[in-house]
Amino acid sequence: MIVELGHLALILAFCAALVQAVPPLIGAHTNRPQWMALAFPAARWQFVFLLTAFACLAWAFLQKDFSVLYVAKNANSSLPWYYRLSAVWGAHEGSLLLWALILGGWTLAVSFLSRSLPFSFTARVLAVLGLISMGFLMFMLFTSNPFERLLPGAPDGQDLNPLLQDIGLIIHPPILYMGYVGLSVPFAFAIAGLLEGRLFSAWTRWTRPWTLVAWSFLTTGIALGSWWAYYELGWGGWWFWDPVENASFMPWLLTTALLHSLAVTEQRQAFQAWTLLLSIFAFSLSLLGTFLVRSGVLVSVHAFANDPARGIFILCFLAAVIGGALLLFAWRAGKVLSIGRFEVVSRETALLFNNIFLVFAAAMVLFGTIYPIIHVAMGMGSMSVGRPYFDLMFTVLMTPLLLLLGFGPVLRWKEDSLKQLLLRLYKTIAIAVVLGTAFALLAFAPRSLGVALSLSLALWVIGGSIYSIKTRLRNRRDLKSVLLSQPRSYYGMLLAHLGVGIFVIGVSVAVVYEQHEDVRLDVGESQQLGPYRFMFSDLEELHGPNYEAQRATIDIYKGERQVARLFPEKRSYDGGGNPMTEAGIDGGLIRDLYVSLGEPVGDNAWLMRLHYKPFIRWVWFGALLMALGGVISALDRRYRRTVEAKATVKGRAHVA
Amino acid sequence: MWRKVLFTVIFLCFLALMALFGYALKRDPSLVTSPLIGKPVPDFSLPLLSDPNRTIGKPDLLGTPYLLNVWASWCAACRTEHPLLVQLARQNLVPIHGLNYRDTREDAQSWLERYGNPYDVVAFDEKGALGLDLGVYGAPETFLVDRNNVIVYKQVGPITEKVWVDVLYPKLVELQKPGQ
Amino acid sequence: MTRKFTKWPVLMVLLLLGSAGAQDHAVLEFSHPEYKERYNNLINQLRCLVCQNQTIADSHAELALDLRKRVYEMIEQGASDRDVIDFMAQRYGDFVLYNPPLKPSTMLLWFAPFIAIGVGSVALLLYIVRRNRQTAPAAEVSESIRRRVEELRGRQQARPSKQGSKQ
Repeated sequence: MIVELGHLALILAFCAALVQAVPPLIGAHTNRPQWMALAFPAARWQFVFLLTAFACLAWAFLQKDFSVLYVAKNANSSLPWYYRLSAVWGAHEGSLLLWALILGGWTLAVSFLSRSLPFSFTARVLAVLGLISMGFLMFMLFTSNPFERLLPGAPDGQDLNPLLQDIGLIIHPPILYMGYVGLSVPFAFAIAGLLEGRLFSAWTRWTRPWTLVAWSFLTTGIALGSWWAYYELGWGGWWFWDPVENASFMPWLLTTALLHSLAVTEQRQAFQAWTLLLSIFAFSLSLLGTFLVRSGVLVSVHAFANDPARGIFILCFLAAVIGGALLLFAWRAGKVLSIGRFEVVSRETALLFNNIFLVFAAAMVLFGTIYPIIHVAMGMGSMSVGRPYFDLMFTVLMTPLLLLLGFGPVLRWKEDSLKQLLLRLYKTIAIAVVLGTAFALLAFAPRSLGVALSLSLALWVIGGSIYSIKTRLRNRRDLKSVLLSQPRSYYGMLLAHLGVGIFVIGVSVAVVYEQHEDVRLDVGESQQLGPYRFMFSDLEELHGPNYEAQRATIDIYKGERQVARLFPEKRSYDGGGNPMTEAGIDGGLIRDLYVSLGEPVGDNAWLMRLHYKPFIRWVWFGALLMALGGVISALDRRYRRTVEAKATVKGRAHVA
Repeated sequence: MWRKVLFTVIFLCFLALMALFGYALKRDPSLVTSPLIGKPVPDFSLPLLSDPNRTIGKPDLLGTPYLLNVWASWCAACRTEHPLLVQLARQNLVPIHGLNYRDTREDAQSWLERYGNPYDVVAFDEKGALGLDLGVYGAPETFLVDRNNVIVYKQVGPITEKVWVDVLYPKLVELQKPGQ
Repeated sequence: MTRKFTKWPVLMVLLLLGSAGAQDHAVLEFSHPEYKERYNNLINQLRCLVCQNQTIADSHAELALDLRKRVYEMIEQGASDRDVIDFMAQRYGDFVLYNPPLKPSTMLLWFAPFIAIGVGSVALLLYIVRRNRQTAPAAEVSESIRRRVEELRGRQQARPSKQGSKQ
């Protein structure tokens, strides 16, 4: 019963989305306020129905209703309740429902928080969001129904893939989807702006906080995915340039470009066309990611097992959304184009080039990911494009960007002088290079010039931000009031740029100086890796809620002192499937020690892999700082100051 | 003007991307094309499955087009294509040689006794050495080889009726024409 | 997000792995220390055809084991890195190379990004310079006033009930 209710709720959600999309669009075009007003209640009803459907599916999982096909394929009775709950989004159909629910949530938020925007504009935004909802709901209703019955019901379900029986599954997809789906808001804003035929001045001020929040979620989601892969998969890797990872990274790169473009449009009324186009492309790549994961077009560890029929549906949806948006842009962008005037040496130019590098990086990632398909399509056989390509290309493309990042916060708008700039910054540059190189050459062995370069670049990025604080404090006696009076978006920027610097430090040190060793150890034996001695102290058997495990005790010593005790496991799950490895990790600020069990050989001996990973946590810490910076920027008061601002403007206009 | 050009380029790229994905949907992405098409069968010398004292090599296969079927007793999918192979052998359309891949003699021989033996000869590749030289990455795989020992086609996965009728048989007929 | 095991051999191979001893996983002895580094470097560049998302270094498939063993043997017998890569590519095609080889068919892959960004950057710089020469600074003043007027008019349109403000 509940299951059928869920199915009905999905159908009703689709109807609500239809009402949210079509009448308001027509109403906005023909100036019928009552039709436009339909968008608001429709959005709220759509959310209610989606929440109901989601709750019904969750209920089916919690009640172990194996007469539902999706439940039977992704959970069994020995699965703990918290994994049964997160199994709702553990596979294709359920994760689509999560997507739709989150889209409903963002739509709801827009419908509540857009009071001071022009009415027709908001109606159009909601309508566009409604169209996207319709697409996803149709996809579910016609090809991927999570409520499909399995009759007669199975006595027990297949187990959830053991790789997914982990806290990572509970948090990574929802947060990542908040980012992916959140990009639909700037997209809708852009489409609505194009439809209106003008970008009113507050457009940027309204789009930016939504974009910032979506970006922060996306950053966090990607970082979580990376961290999850690191500790769950057992190989110590944290980024594989896997097609689906790339699919999440491309929208991230574009959204970063979009954020910077919005900054310029807000300050200087320049780059408007660029901002619009980026808004369209960021969400398009997010949809493209959905396509890549679910269509079976690429081999990926993330790919949902799927049939091409679903792929065709998403491809058509993708083509319609992107094609439609691009055509609309071509038709209407002429009305909103404007590029303010700025000199070659100016913050505008720096930001423009920042965007160019980010966009080309995203294009490069896309190109590398689909190149194997192009190669086969041209009849030249199978090939692979993997980490060596992406690592090299990305590093080369990002280096000039990092150089610019140092200058960015310090450059003046509109016009600056190169000579003045260098005069102001030469000390910062020198400090960054000296410190970076010294640290690289003294703290690590063997010496690497590449690391010296990356550290210098990272310190330069951080240095530029510090210098910009210095400039604001200059000639002011009251430090505290100056610091407090800076807008939050300024601190957000500083924090995010600091995050970039820390990220770069983490990546360069971890990639160059990580060590690992495959060893065969008997109980009682130890192995040296770098400054650490790993000792295989004990082996025991363990019974979990739905698995049997062998657990090793590894004691790690540095010299005479014990620094860590790890418990890596090898688990066999009751539901069948491959044995899973649970790595033992000792995390630290400047290094991780990591052990994963391989295979048992002989009586008490095991093959295992030992890792020493310096500075690896800086990678995720840097990403989290970036996300935090985004959130702080979004909380900037000027985004909530609209009511006061309008009053002031009106007052001024009367006076004039 | 340049803006229109730039936009057109972007739009064309978008269309090309959609077309590419449309093409990709029809293809199995995990299928690896073989670089050995058009190349000669690698040199090898393996014992026969039936008699460990006798060996078979490349020259023994020369002279007439044949199918080289890679199989093993541990391979479930091999069982699904096996009846078709047995039927083809009965029809005497083409010699079918077997390459027993990473198996044990006893298991392989009892498997053949149980399910039938369509092979003229079976080479016993215990370590998978010839398999590696042939670029084998799973079983079953089947190579269509011409009378000069040049590989013409590789079928990855079981040979189904459809594969035989649409692909292998027409190619075979071509190869069997005199003067090839 | 179930793992995509569409390849039946994978299941077969993993079954076999369970039954076979794991002797081949044993730690390898190298006659020279740099052989070990080269070995690790190579096995991290080669793709496993069975578990296609992993390098042969990380994969547990039998084929990965075989290939690792062959790489080891080749290095010990004096083959160069190039020899090993060519050997693998001749048998399994370019699919097995995670580092795409530089060939006519991959020229575009390797060079297009650099060319694109080079051309793009130069074009952009030229555009800014040329645009600055054309528009006189004075023109911008009237542009901003024009925009302001548009904006105020726009606000009036959004709220037709309010009376217009004096200008």
